Amino acid sequence: MPIGDKKREERLEEEVFNKLVDGSDAALHAHNEAHQAASQVEPGGYYRYVDSEPEHHNDFLTTYDDVVAEVDSDAPTRTLWSDAWGRLKKNRLAIIGACWIIFMVIIALTADLWAQQLLGSPTAIDTGTAAATQLQPPSLEHPFGTDSVGRDVLVRVIYGARVSLSVGVIATAISTVIGLVMGAIAAFYGGIWDTLIMRLADIFLAFPYTLFVIAMLAVIGNGIQNVFIAIGVLGWPSIARVFRSAILSVKENDYVDAARAMGASDGRIITRHIFPNSVASIVVYATMNIGGAILTESALSFLGMGVVPPNPSWGIMIQDGQQYLATEPWLMLMPGIAILTTVLAFTLVGDGLRDALDVKMKDA
Amino acid sequence: MPDTSTVAEATQTPVYADDVSELDPSQRGNDPLLHVEHLVKEFPVSSSIFRRGKKRSVHAVNDVSFDIYPEETFGLVGESGCGKSTTGRCLMRLINPTSGTVVFNGEDVSNMKGKQLKGLRHDMQYVFQDPYASLNPRMTIGELISEPMYIHNEGGTNEERIDTVRQLLKVVGLNPEHINRYPHEFSGGQRQRIGIARAFALHPKLIICDEPVSALDVSIQAQVLNLLDELQQEFGTAYLFIAHDLSVVQHISDRVAVMYLGSICEMSDWRSLYAEPCHPYSQALLSAVPVADPDLQRSRERIILAGDPPSPIDPPSGCLFHTRCPIAQEICSKEKPELREIEPGHFCACHFAKPFPIEGSSIKL
Repeated sequence: MPIGDKKREERLEEEVFNKLVDGSDAALHAHNEAHQAASQVEPGGYYRYVDSEPEHHNDFLTTYDDVVAEVDSDAPTRTLWSDAWGRLKKNRLAIIGACWIIFMVIIALTADLWAQQLLGSPTAIDTGTAAATQLQPPSLEHPFGTDSVGRDVLVRVIYGARVSLSVGVIATAISTVIGLVMGAIAAFYGGIWDTLIMRLADIFLAFPYTLFVIAMLAVIGNGIQNVFIAIGVLGWPSIARVFRSAILSVKENDYVDAARAMGASDGRIITRHIFPNSVASIVVYATMNIGGAILTESALSFLGMGVVPPNPSWGIMIQDGQQYLATEPWLMLMPGIAILTTVLAFTLVGDGLRDALDVKMKDA
Repeated sequence: MPDTSTVAEATQTPVYADDVSELDPSQRGNDPLLHVEHLVKEFPVSSSIFRRGKKRSVHAVNDVSFDIYPEETFGLVGESGCGKSTTGRCLMRLINPTSGTVVFNGEDVSNMKGKQLKGLRHDMQYVFQDPYASLNPRMTIGELISEPMYIHNEGGTNEERIDTVRQLLKVVGLNPEHINRYPHEFSGGQRQRIGIARAFALHPKLIICDEPVSALDVSIQAQVLNLLDELQQEFGTAYLFIAHDLSVVQHISDRVAVMYLGSICEMSDWRSLYAEPCHPYSQALLSAVPVADPDLQRSRERIILAGDPPSPIDPPSGCLFHTRCPIAQEICSKEKPELREIEPGHFCACHFAKPFPIEGSSIKL
């Protein structure tokens, strides 16, 4: 029975009680008769202390157990994931973060349906009206103000979210896949594979990350796809390390030996026993990594290596806005706040997931 | 590696099956189910950069030989680190033995590969010591118990397998309705029952029980031991029962072997071993079992061994026990005593072996 699930507990108790009352008439009758019979044979026997329960009392016991089993058996069982969800729900910061992410995703996905109609194009520069509409402070018409060529800042932040979120998710997906494969090979086969892969990871980590990404972009060229690839491909070493250590600790468990003793193949041991037990750490790490990837993309765009203007990206907007910092601060502030809140949201969710997925926290 | 002819010879000539009076008549004269001969397992100790040279190793199992007959329970006792579990794991090839022969059901286990090994792991199952670690926390009880059937593609359709799992749950005393629950919803004793149900799923011929009750509290221990006993009656499985608790072993075993520092020092049917231990180490072990009578407990003479067991990295010369033995003589440090038959069916590896009844023992024979 789920602990702390008060409503269910109450319902269960009530059901057991009702069934016992319904079914107990017969048992009670038999009980009384048996005691009467006993007292007839041996006067006062009813009140006599007995070492063990009279045999007919077992009817009551089995009835009770059966009813509990019957009522309880239709209950959905708690999986570890549902346990984790229960704990995550209680973490207010993580839920705020998750709501913020969902909000951003919905805004970014539906932007085509309403944003341009309300706020105008995020990219097109209307040369005729630009002089009249440029650098307006926030107002009802332009909630985040307008930039130096008269484009609405809000609509650019919204379309920038598309870039940032997709970079975060796709780049992290790429590095997670590479990292998982590399980490799994290193941990499971060990020996020379472990040494090769982990030294390779060390080499990757030895270079400053942003510099490495810039160098790679210099080789493969600018553009959003290349940003995905560069951030994704260069992000694998840390994921591989985390996954490798998770596997190494899971591998030592008796249940892996037990699976081997049952005759399970390597593939089955990895997919059924090792992977499900080590994936939690990866979920956490990948979530936090999304925030990191968003930051990296912003930095790249800021430096002019990422998204190509006039396409909006939070990094480009900050870059464009920095010369107006003293006079029109919203140009930098608005995309800056967008980066801050989104990265923070992913970090909070990652943090919450780490606490929620920790099996040791189960009883806390 | 021994060639097949010696293997066949070894299986055909059980050394003492006819002499073991304690054995069930049906077992007398049977070929052994499991035949272990000169089993050795050494783990290399990694040498540091500064101390190159001779490769050192831990002698975890040192020339162990024994037989297990169908439907019997063979107890393996010894203190922590004496190589009991390593022996058990070598038999299943969870660890590869350094040398020696293991013949199971007439087949040499030592260099089995692929399919053969899978077959071995069908007929031989393992029950682990720690019921909290040996069940995958992400699998339901149904998945856990039916897993051997999936691996070996047995037990018919999925529905039939689920039926089998329900029956097994009932047999080990758990509620079949709990088939979809996860291990963390059960207590230690219940989990060990799940482990036992899983071991029985394929009706193996031999189950290696590696301290199956040492992680449980005493009242639960008795339940699990009785369950193992009942299951043995029902399915006719043989057990290799590894434990450090003499009373637990006595409760369940037909024959018992005492291990010290990787070697068997005494082996016999349990009655004669518990009544008249011949090896000074077994004597010391048995005299350490507390007696229920406090007066007797205070007054009786106990054999107290001095010191710790020597390091298995460089075991003592001659008899492994001579450094702590109360009756050691000069010969003990020079010559290694062989496991010899002192009475019919009672083997002891000591130069001065003699029966030595334990005074006031609380063990009911």
